[in-house]
Amino acid sequence: MNNFATQTGDGVLSKETHYEFVSGSSSIYQKKVRIADTVLLGVIYLCAAVSVCLLLGIMGYVLYRGLPSITWEFLTTVPSALKGTFGIFANIFNTVYMIVLTLLIVTPIGIGSAIYLTEYAKGGKLVRMIEFTTETLSGIPSIIYGLFGMVFFGVVCGLGFSILTGALTLAIMILPIITRTTQEALKTVPESYRSGALGMGATKWYMIRTIILPSAMPGIVTGVILGIGRIVGESAALLFTAGSVNMMPKLAGMGIFEHALKSGGTLTIQMYLSMTKADYASAFGIALVLLIVVLGINLLTKYITKKLDTNK
Amino acid sequence: MKEKTISIMGSRKTKSVVETSAQVIFTVCALAALIAVAAITLYMVISGAPALTEVGIKEILFSTVWAPSAADPQYGILLMILTSIVGTFLAICIGVPIAVLTAVFLSEIGNKRITKIVKPAVELLAGIPSVVYGLLGILLICPMMYKLEQFVFADSQTHQFTGGANLFSAILVLAIMILPTVINISETALRAVPQHYRASSLALGATKIQTIFKVVLPAAKSGILTAIVLGTGRAIGEAMAILLVAGNAVNAPQFFNSVRFLTTGIVSEMSYASGIHREVLFTIGLVLFLFIMVINIILNIILKKGAQQS
Repeated sequence: MNNFATQTGDGVLSKETHYEFVSGSSSIYQKKVRIADTVLLGVIYLCAAVSVCLLLGIMGYVLYRGLPSITWEFLTTVPSALKGTFGIFANIFNTVYMIVLTLLIVTPIGIGSAIYLTEYAKGGKLVRMIEFTTETLSGIPSIIYGLFGMVFFGVVCGLGFSILTGALTLAIMILPIITRTTQEALKTVPESYRSGALGMGATKWYMIRTIILPSAMPGIVTGVILGIGRIVGESAALLFTAGSVNMMPKLAGMGIFEHALKSGGTLTIQMYLSMTKADYASAFGIALVLLIVVLGINLLTKYITKKLDTNK
Repeated sequence: MKEKTISIMGSRKTKSVVETSAQVIFTVCALAALIAVAAITLYMVISGAPALTEVGIKEILFSTVWAPSAADPQYGILLMILTSIVGTFLAICIGVPIAVLTAVFLSEIGNKRITKIVKPAVELLAGIPSVVYGLLGILLICPMMYKLEQFVFADSQTHQFTGGANLFSAILVLAIMILPTVINISETALRAVPQHYRASSLALGATKIQTIFKVVLPAAKSGILTAIVLGTGRAIGEAMAILLVAGNAVNAPQFFNSVRFLTTGIVSEMSYASGIHREVLFTIGLVLFLFIMVINIILNIILKKGAQQS
């Protein structure tokens, strides 16, 4: 076993024996093959491959099954027994309506909360409580939000099954997302901006309004987009709050505002209903629409973050 | 120019009013989260507790018979609680190793080109709505499970065939659903391990794999633990993805039994329940909420410990 070492002369021999003493390998020129290492490396590659294949499989399968259902009629009509058509236009409309309404409620609160936490708060118990509760909100499952929304906004506040009930419920749900991303964005605004503005005599609110918020805008927009993603994909929280009506509302006059107080199903809810009726063709059609929206949202956030990086 | 002068010279009074009101408004906004959590806790207890006294704590929490619409209604949710615990635990057992090793791949092994493909894939997985997972579960996983079921119970006379909608399918769907959460947080934790740990380990002659498993992973322990706890929260609270995959009959949590989780129990009966039945459904919600709160508190402890260490 030591043949090679003895042949190579004294200097190397002493090195060699020393090396052998440490690791038991016969030569420093021979690499020890570690079977366990190779196996583990293989497992790691396998796991990464599983994750990617899952995504590709899901995307591919939904595309394959959903594409045939996507027609112009599917996207622009509402279900009608009379004409025998099935379309998701009302659901698309409701989803957009829900997004706008929820964001109108939650964006000011979320941004305000983040401003308080980064600019005004000086630590202490209250801030810790607020941070803990924000953390807690993001951990509460959507079904609990659904129950709470149904009882509180629906029954106690008397809003019943309506888009407004759903929007208020979702507003609480995405509050932590908006707050946290805004907070991160505000933290990245350099301290020198603040001292500069204050040094020039600006008041705190003036400084926040004209210096801090504009500099943190891309981060805030990212938070809002992430929130939209969550709203689009949400189902359990909306099932008991916003209901599942899939007819177009009358939009003339005040109709567009009154719609907030009427029941309306979003895309995910319609997809769930189609699934329970074993109407898989339309379910896959909606799934494809949802996936495209999710993909779009991902690309958009990527684009904004990239822009944010290059600006620095 | 004139306006600017006014704004600087402007009366101190209006300025201080604006300043104070801004501060008050922001403080109120910040309290929103606090108020929301308090309100949710309050209303979960208010709507969940009455049934506990009306039906009896023992009859609800420790009874295995769920027959809400029988002549003599029974509201035992023990089997749902057990199903949720077992299902979540097994989903974690399957999902976490895959997720952590994927995170290892992303932060330690994969070169930039491959990472650039894997990372967006994981982010996309996180964004896919849970109903879509449910749909794929019914159409892809359930048929496979049905074949497995037919194979395993080929000679069984007593087994009730579930058509693939059973605990096993639900666990697989949950395991897939927690992947992105665990991958993202573990990867962040792994990337936060200082580079000189790796350098020192490699300089001592450890191989790359030894470095990863003996140095980097232990160093990122608290981050990975956080990921696992968050994954648990996500799995135990998931409803829509497993609603149609789990089979929805109240049974003991065995692999090929049609089962009902706490979450699916609420969703499947809420639309028509009334009276005590409805109150019991809220009690299920309360139990679920308690689980989530415990998970959150554990998470908080881990995060605090991690912060102390660093």
